[in-house]
Amino acid sequence: MSTLRSEITSSAPYDVEAIRKDFPFFESGIAYLDSTSTTQRPRQVLDAMLEYFTRYNANVHRGIYRTSMEASARYEETRRKVRDLINAKSVKEIIYTRNLTEGVNLVASTWGRANVRAGDLIVLTIMEHHSNIVPWQILAEEKGARIEYVDIDDSGQLRLDQFYALVERGPKMVAFAQVSNTLGTINPYREMTAAAKAAGATVLIDGAQGVPHIGIDVRETGCDFYAFSGHKMLGPTGIGILYGRRELLEAMPPYQGGGGQIRSVFLDHTDYAELPDKFEAGTPAIAEVIGLGAAVDYLQGVGFDAIHSYEERLSDYAFEALSEVDGLRVIGPPTPQQAGVLSLDLKGVHPHDVSTILDRHDVCVRAGHHCAMPLMHRLDVPGTTRASFYLYTTREEIDRLVVALHDAKRIFS
Amino acid sequence: MALDDQFYREYILDHYKNPRNFGRLEGADISHEEYNPLCGDLVGMDFRMQDGVIEDVRFHGRGCAISQASASLMTERLKGMRVEDARMISKEEVLDELGIEISPARLKCALLSLKVLKVGAYGLAGEEDDE
Repeated sequence: MSTLRSEITSSAPYDVEAIRKDFPFFESGIAYLDSTSTTQRPRQVLDAMLEYFTRYNANVHRGIYRTSMEASARYEETRRKVRDLINAKSVKEIIYTRNLTEGVNLVASTWGRANVRAGDLIVLTIMEHHSNIVPWQILAEEKGARIEYVDIDDSGQLRLDQFYALVERGPKMVAFAQVSNTLGTINPYREMTAAAKAAGATVLIDGAQGVPHIGIDVRETGCDFYAFSGHKMLGPTGIGILYGRRELLEAMPPYQGGGGQIRSVFLDHTDYAELPDKFEAGTPAIAEVIGLGAAVDYLQGVGFDAIHSYEERLSDYAFEALSEVDGLRVIGPPTPQQAGVLSLDLKGVHPHDVSTILDRHDVCVRAGHHCAMPLMHRLDVPGTTRASFYLYTTREEIDRLVVALHDAKRIFS
Repeated sequence: MALDDQFYREYILDHYKNPRNFGRLEGADISHEEYNPLCGDLVGMDFRMQDGVIEDVRFHGRGCAISQASASLMTERLKGMRVEDARMISKEEVLDELGIEISPARLKCALLSLKVLKVGAYGLAGEEDDE
């Protein structure tokens, strides 16, 4: 059964209005420019979840009855879809998590505890959000390891000279975002991964913004771990994915213990289940997994090349339109290093005041530190106003943003 | 948009752009700062006390218009006030004085100066509110 819209194909001209018709939220008339926080969801995702709840609601991997078997089959189908989406070798390498944050925590506390020793080096970047900093800090503190951060330049791109110099020092782990959630910077993740691997490091890529906007081929990239969230790519909240190379996952101890992740339990010991079950204790988010499968279908139906090139055109349009607002600074690089995430600094107006005024114009943006406080300190701003785009964003929404920003400027002038 | 002018009333903007009693107070009896990690707003106050009266008060800080105007309004109100009366200032009064509708997401901004007063001047342990 296909949930794709037949009229949307990669080769057809990009029809944003047809796409928007799939998203019930847009009937509200609200300009939604906060997809980097969470995206809206198309009917196809909502329908898939509702169908599970209403037609074949049962636990997975438990029942010897047809309803449970159907639930299990649909639940596992998503794993194959995700494997194909990121081009993993096997479904055994696809672990269901709650979100990106849980994926990073899983790696830090299982692979990290087993492999990181006192004095080891962990390399991160200043543009990471807290999810890709704090788990490593906890690990480093426990093990006596060191963390070094790669800085950015004035255009919001990583200082690759620093990155390569740090990699030369033989870090145990190198973890970085494929795309910055604050600046929209598309990092040269292939080159960075190759350099880190050549130096013997294990590499984790935070794909929270990478998968939704530009996609990933984990085998071509050569990373060891790749984590992302479903709700930032049209799926529901509460479901995320951790990809790990099979040899690494096999060697790692489990993350949580409980039902579903065991082979045999005795009073004095337990044999763990094979991958991926070893890392999936307890009844999972079944409807959310099924919803994520529908989201993957939807995105592949539109096509990542089409999405990315549409977002590039939107970003170019936005840079042009925003340049008309006096005193407005866009922090972060222009296209082609930009994935549709613009951090704005309006002179003399605090981001929270900007956001409150924008809200009065029914324009939704994120204001604050974007869970990236070290980056805010680096940029020497208390926060920014972040407008982010996705496959359904229109130029009209960007125009409304510009009007609302002019109003903020007027009120505070 | 008339709605926006209503929200960011002229006197709120005036207190934001021309904060009253702004700066540090030499020889303060009490100094206290509070920080709102959610948005990075900072408000600090210095108090000089005399016979149970707040003889002088100044504030410093950085942040959004709501947090800074609220602090500025607070200092005007506190100057010359008996400490026991200052103790009685409630959240509702602070919000009333701001005179605008504060959305749930902005309550912490509006009440940051009250927290400084409570924790600093009253010496009360930080009461966690439920909002």
